[in-house]
Amino acid sequence: MIKFIHKTSIDFISKRFIFFAISGFLILSGFISMGVKGLNFGLDFTGGTLLQVKFEKPVKIQDIRSAMKKTGLKPGIQEFTGHTAFAIKVKGSQENVNDVAEKIISGLKENIKNNSFIEEQRDYVGPVVGRALTKKAIFAMIFALFGIITYIAFRFSNPVWGAAGVVALAHDIFITLGALSITNREIDLVIIAALLAIGGYSINDTIVIFDRMRENIKKFPRMRLGELINQSVNETLSRTIITSLTTITVVFILFIFGGNVINNFAFAMLIGCLSGTYSTIAIASSVVYQWSKRGR
Amino acid sequence: MNKLQWKLGTIMGLLILAVWLIYPSADWYTKTANERQKLEASRLRPKRILNLGLDLKGGTHLLLELEVDKLKKKENVADAINRAIEIIRNRVDQYGVGETPISRQGDRWISVDLPGISDTQEAENLIGKTAMLEFTLVDTSEEAQEVLRTIDDMDELPFDSRGKLISKIAKMMPKNTKLHKGKTDDENPITRYYILSATPVVTGANLENARVETDQQFGYPNVGFTFDKEGGKIFAKFTGSHIGKRLAIVLDGVVRSDPSIKSRISGGSGIIEGNYDLKEARNLAIVLRAGALPAPVKIIEKRVVGPTLGKDSIRKGLLSASIGFAGVVLFMLLYYKAAGLLSGIALFLNFIFLIAAMSYFAATLTMPGIAGMILSLAMAIDANVLILERMREELALAKPLALVIPTAYDKAWSAIFDTNATTWIAALFLFQFGSGPVKGFALTLTIGLLVGVFTSVFVTRAIYEFWLTSNPKEISI
Repeated sequence: MIKFIHKTSIDFISKRFIFFAISGFLILSGFISMGVKGLNFGLDFTGGTLLQVKFEKPVKIQDIRSAMKKTGLKPGIQEFTGHTAFAIKVKGSQENVNDVAEKIISGLKENIKNNSFIEEQRDYVGPVVGRALTKKAIFAMIFALFGIITYIAFRFSNPVWGAAGVVALAHDIFITLGALSITNREIDLVIIAALLAIGGYSINDTIVIFDRMRENIKKFPRMRLGELINQSVNETLSRTIITSLTTITVVFILFIFGGNVINNFAFAMLIGCLSGTYSTIAIASSVVYQWSKRGR
Repeated sequence: MNKLQWKLGTIMGLLILAVWLIYPSADWYTKTANERQKLEASRLRPKRILNLGLDLKGGTHLLLELEVDKLKKKENVADAINRAIEIIRNRVDQYGVGETPISRQGDRWISVDLPGISDTQEAENLIGKTAMLEFTLVDTSEEAQEVLRTIDDMDELPFDSRGKLISKIAKMMPKNTKLHKGKTDDENPITRYYILSATPVVTGANLENARVETDQQFGYPNVGFTFDKEGGKIFAKFTGSHIGKRLAIVLDGVVRSDPSIKSRISGGSGIIEGNYDLKEARNLAIVLRAGALPAPVKIIEKRVVGPTLGKDSIRKGLLSASIGFAGVVLFMLLYYKAAGLLSGIALFLNFIFLIAAMSYFAATLTMPGIAGMILSLAMAIDANVLILERMREELALAKPLALVIPTAYDKAWSAIFDTNATTWIAALFLFQFGSGPVKGFALTLTIGLLVGVFTSVFVTRAIYEFWLTSNPKEISI
């Protein structure tokens, strides 16, 4: 039998302040980056126009940039491998659907000679839509979180556990958002889906430990809470590692081979899963211990 | 039959059902693009197949806003939206692009998906045109001529930025008249203005038919139309009593032409001239036939994915998903041996059932949907790991195998149930309150969770139980 993790008895609870410090540091650096650089919100939320073109022959990004300068637009330009495909993006409120896209096209046609291009993608998001999408995404997430707290509080008959689960979940989402801000990756609706998946994964992981705690409380009603938590985390450690390992491998492969379209998505998932594994072992149960009065 | 046989029978039955449900999708997607296009055009696309979202297969998504403040008075907004949707559907149907989901979103938004179309200028004209056709008398009085002369002498436009008449002109206008622009094109680049009577003689509502007609003399395409009975009568009576006057043909507020009435026109038909190419003429005929929108629509969101980009993301997505899946199965096999193989089989079945369920519901697979699938598969793997780890724990207590398996399942069950239920609750809320992509995520997740619990608990357990009937002493785990 291959076993990565043999019977362990690591005292996690006594190290909880180290964990809190590590998490605090990670989340704080994320927040600082969000405060200084902000989050790079995509068109879905800011409104604007994106045009992705593919040239027949390679083009220098400087040429695209100077072509755009002549049109008077101030777009963000992203280059894809091979120097042929470029995404040109102008964010902000734009009243009419094709105005900006046509400006970009004529700018490219006039300034980049002896080369032709095709449109691979064109997005236009009007100002009203951006606001509506933001509002809906936020509402949906808040409702979902309340649903989770209520269910855990009910199933584990303790609101502290529900709250701890949500703390771990929020921890993972904030760390992911911080990483997205630091790496300047864009947040669009697909990233929102990734954040939702991370939330689901995080809570899933946490509940497995809570389930073991619930079982051990019945088995050893006199055990002190700290000891009980430590035992439960250790008993489920093997499972936590294996599940995380498989999930992270899959996401990592998506990150490497998945292509441009899902690269940001895979990145968010990767950070979220790593953080999720860590928060399950280190944060969720520590928070339960910290906030519980019973049996300490 | 005993309980175990029932279980195995259920699994086999469901598997056959799943393959049967997947078959139409598999059949469809292995056809060439050409064949598919032909079938779509003749509406022979099977109903219950898995759809690919526009982000994966290429196409155009448009979100339109009905400009409610331009509705005719007293028209109910909800009715107007529904009417607009019907009219747009009509136009798109006649255009012939196959399955086009058109739906209402919120109070006054209309979402239109045009799969496979990435030349959007044409589609936008087709969908976005109000197509309000009016036949209106031209005011040729001296007062009106005076206004037109003034406009010609002005440096500024007679309309302000919001489309209202500037006050200088408004004061001069004859009673019950309106100022209209004429159509400009490459041959006539200067805007002409017309002063027309405020109430039209006949409108597009009285049209019975519209079609492309070729000009007898020069061979360029025009749009011919026929009035219905009532329209024909009014038109004949009016032209009879206004011989020598000019009648303007106005489309969406722009004067197309203003022929003079030479005699009473009783045939109930006519021609709209213009510098059309064949496509333009065809599309104008379509929008006239389908009727006018109750108010203008504005495009507030547009997403076009070219066919190559979509194909590329599908190919890369599939490739990495298969590598990932193979990696997981290989790992499970090495780590858990025979038990791991069984988990691999369960995961494979999971995938089959998920695709089958999505085909049955004719669900649309998008990128966020794939995220939902990945999460549900990760949770199915987790359920397997939970069970297998419990088995190892129970085996370590040196219990007999016949006891180990049911105990492991019983003990793992509460964790599996709670994790899935929590995620399911979240998915439910997301489905209820989220918008398009979030909904797609929630839908695949919901289906995926149900399937995952079934395969990783029910299916694997039945197989273990079947294997236990041979009374084994050891398990390779």
